[in-house]
Amino acid sequence: MKDIRTAMEGETVGSIVADPITRHVLALYCGASGDHNPIHVDIDFAKAAGMPDVFAHGMLSMAFLGRLVTVLAPQSALRSFGTRFASITALGSEITCTAKLLSRFEEAGESRARLELIATDQNKDIKLLGEAVVALPN
Amino acid sequence: MIDRKFIGYEFAPAIAEVEKGRLRFFAKATGNADPIYFDEEAARAAGYKSLPVPPTFFFCLEMERDNPMDFLELLGVDLGRVLHGEQSFVYHAPVCAGDHVTFRSRISDIYDKKGGALEFIVMETEGRNQDGLHVVDMRRSIVVRNA
Repeated sequence: MKDIRTAMEGETVGSIVADPITRHVLALYCGASGDHNPIHVDIDFAKAAGMPDVFAHGMLSMAFLGRLVTVLAPQSALRSFGTRFASITALGSEITCTAKLLSRFEEAGESRARLELIATDQNKDIKLLGEAVVALPN
Repeated sequence: MIDRKFIGYEFAPAIAEVEKGRLRFFAKATGNADPIYFDEEAARAAGYKSLPVPPTFFFCLEMERDNPMDFLELLGVDLGRVLHGEQSFVYHAPVCAGDHVTFRSRISDIYDKKGGALEFIVMETEGRNQDGLHVVDMRRSIVVRNA
């Protein structure tokens, strides 16, 4: 991890690799998140909906990106966080989250940094693409 | 096609209590090893009054209401045909275990692409804590696969 106060714009400032997404991981996330949509845990439901198997909650990978952001800046410094879910994350995926410093700027009376966030699977396919804005300490 | 009359539809407010046990379970389920998310002493040492709500957990809190998929029933959309398209959060103040958040959601847009093969439902949600303080804004876009 690099210090986002001193990193160069365009530079990669951090990355994490999440544990592979197993059925067990999806079952735990279903319960912990309160997102009980059966398409993520019930293969019969998924097949009836035309999918080959269950697939990961997009919000699970967004939580992985959130973990990366809160390593780079404390939770209390987080101002905004958004992602687009670019493609379905298959069972067995190993998600790598990467953050790049886009810019540092002044806003609302504080110094802030804008980060580009990308979640890719083991085949380098982009799963989530997003941004976060964090406040920088004075 | 989803009836566009639902654009602007407002849902009844829903209150969620932020529970320590759920936050610990969420940290485990998302592989979060940072102790501020499961150890209250570590959270206090980091300046939080209790375990803080992690960045995406507001989405989960909003789903605490009795039937979080009610908007799909309202719109006549089959749960098996929806995907999450986009999600964003704007944070205004920290929220920790013990707080109560009241969420007010509305359907802000419904539109389609590819000649109706894909439809998009946009929901915007405002969250306020037990003191009426505006703590979070959320925006989610749901994709409906019609073809």
